[in-house]
Amino acid sequence: MDLIVILQAGVATGTVLLFATLGEIFAERSGVLNLGVEGMMLIGAMTGFSVGIKTGNPWLGVLAAMLFAGVISQIHAFITVTLQADQVVSGLALTFLGAGISLVLGEGLSKAGTVSPMPAFSVPLLSQIPILGPIFFTNQRLLVYLGYLMIPAAWYYINRTRPGMHLRAVGEYPAAADALGINVYRMRYLYVFVGGVMAGLAGATISLAVSPGWFSELTTAGQGWIAVGLVIFAQWDPVRAAVGSYAFGALRRLILDIQGPTTLFGLANPFYYNPYWGFFLKMLPYAFTVIVLVIGSREAMRKRLGAPAALGEPYIRGERGK
Amino acid sequence: MAESISRQPLLPFRIRIEPRLSEPPRWYPAVISLGAIIVALLLGGVVIALAGGDPLRSYAHIAKASFGSLGVLSDTIVKATPIILTALACSVAFRMKLWNIGAEGQFIMGAFGASAIVLGKVLPPEASRWAFIPVMMLAGMAAGAIWGFIPGYLKARFNVNEIISTLMLNYIAVSWVDFWIFAVWTEAGFQMSPKFPANTWLPRLADYAKAIPAFRGLTTHAGLLMGIVAAFLLWLVVFRSRWGYEIRLIGDNPQAAKYAGINITRNTIWVMMLSGALAGLGGTSEVAGVVHRLQTAPIAAGYGFTGIIVAWLAKLNPVIIILVSILFGALILAGREIQPSGVPKMIQGIILVCLIASDFMLRYRIRFVRAGKEE
Repeated sequence: MDLIVILQAGVATGTVLLFATLGEIFAERSGVLNLGVEGMMLIGAMTGFSVGIKTGNPWLGVLAAMLFAGVISQIHAFITVTLQADQVVSGLALTFLGAGISLVLGEGLSKAGTVSPMPAFSVPLLSQIPILGPIFFTNQRLLVYLGYLMIPAAWYYINRTRPGMHLRAVGEYPAAADALGINVYRMRYLYVFVGGVMAGLAGATISLAVSPGWFSELTTAGQGWIAVGLVIFAQWDPVRAAVGSYAFGALRRLILDIQGPTTLFGLANPFYYNPYWGFFLKMLPYAFTVIVLVIGSREAMRKRLGAPAALGEPYIRGERGK
Repeated sequence: MAESISRQPLLPFRIRIEPRLSEPPRWYPAVISLGAIIVALLLGGVVIALAGGDPLRSYAHIAKASFGSLGVLSDTIVKATPIILTALACSVAFRMKLWNIGAEGQFIMGAFGASAIVLGKVLPPEASRWAFIPVMMLAGMAAGAIWGFIPGYLKARFNVNEIISTLMLNYIAVSWVDFWIFAVWTEAGFQMSPKFPANTWLPRLADYAKAIPAFRGLTTHAGLLMGIVAAFLLWLVVFRSRWGYEIRLIGDNPQAAKYAGINITRNTIWVMMLSGALAGLGGTSEVAGVVHRLQTAPIAAGYGFTGIIVAWLAKLNPVIIILVSILFGALILAGREIQPSGVPKMIQGIILVCLIASDFMLRYRIRFVRAGKEE
């Protein structure tokens, strides 16, 4: 069991969480909590794999996944922004809906064949860096590299650009943003769409790159919910989101790989000889999500930081307060 | 919304959307919900057709396979029983705006707790049914309550988002039960425990077929009774007790509740435990009434999630929950046979989406105004 190999695979696994978490950060920064990430990821995974098989081109699959998940996300936008319904319930409904639609449209897809995997390649020079080179820049797929670029881009967009300022204003104080001539409704639709597109990308990353195939709801296995939890841990910051995503990716890989070898650090591997312990290993990502939430929530309480002020609140133009 | 939104200049009338100032009549919400379900079934039909199925046949099949005869009606009620209890569990938490999405995990832990009484030989195997059933109910409710306590405590103490913590605990509960049925209580290496002895089963209608011949073959079990009693007790607690008043006040206006001196921290924990205990009772009823062994696949079948939708559809009213649960029991029972297999889940999702959207009709009214005529 080579730690470098595990971390290398962990980065690829973590890219899924990274995409989903970044997307949810954009939606929540605009004031819309979208709990439907899991459903949108399932839509993305199903669409990506299905289109990838039919056309033989995984990139068309990725594109279709992003588009379909984005369209589905607009249901949530319509219900919460225009109809001003409760964001929690609507997000839950979106999860059911996404899971249901992907199960119906993905019927028989698990036996439909395989799709040629996306090519993996190493980055010249960067892959020569000791330790970091093999982990991050050797034999990764293009989507993983795309993830690296998105982290600073998202941070810069949110914190240093004019549209990013508008995004934050809409999430913190929509009435003021409205007074400045920013179209609050349009912005919220837009960033919910961004969140949907990113969740679709995350789903397609699973079904086309990380663990190719369609395994109904087990394809995502709750990663959408872990992403929603990571947003809180990340305090709505893309860089912290990346740290959390890659750490969780490495953990997931470690759990898969630790049960294989007969010896571990020269000792008999207890996980190999007691396969039942595997069930406790399986709990770890979910238990860690709860722990990470405790950390994130305590920090938010101490620093008096926290969610965008208008998160979860529908904006009703002309209503007093808020 | 101070001004109303006006659009559609091309039509001979204009549609005006304006906030509803007075309470709508009592029948109005029910009609709107019914309309939402009809729209949902139409939309579901479109998706079934897109996936290559025949929507009319699918729906006709659902109706026939769930209400067509006394036997299938009884099976429908068997499917509805766990949903009644999980929906009650969700309703009491939602009433306080505590989003307990973990009824599924609490249900599984309830089944585990009840099974532990049998499999762990807590009671002697030859004990009577009337000793086993109450002890199993208590154990199931306790296990569910513990599973509700964890997120409740984390929410009260650290302000941890209960949606995510309860959801994560669902996955942990499945792995926990998987561990026990693989490592400790396995039946010959299979992914299940041995079958429970008959003196631990909940009585079924069919058990009384000797006295009442019409009951022959009917599977409805005493879990239904648990659900009905629990619904009635919960109604009393929520609408007729001081504690229920506190829960409702916290849900409607936490600020006012705080100023009134209501302890929100303690209520958060207690309500989550009550919610977990109800879901745990559901797990008990399922394992002792239907499955008769500990096994994850038939127990972790999504009853906890369906409970969320049912609670919402019933507007959190315990009595209406029973009726709505039977409709959803029918959907699940019949849905097992129709293709594609995801249809029941998708229809549940579409129904929930339409319901939430329809709430708009309760808060706003849509009026048709003839063009050129302003009031």
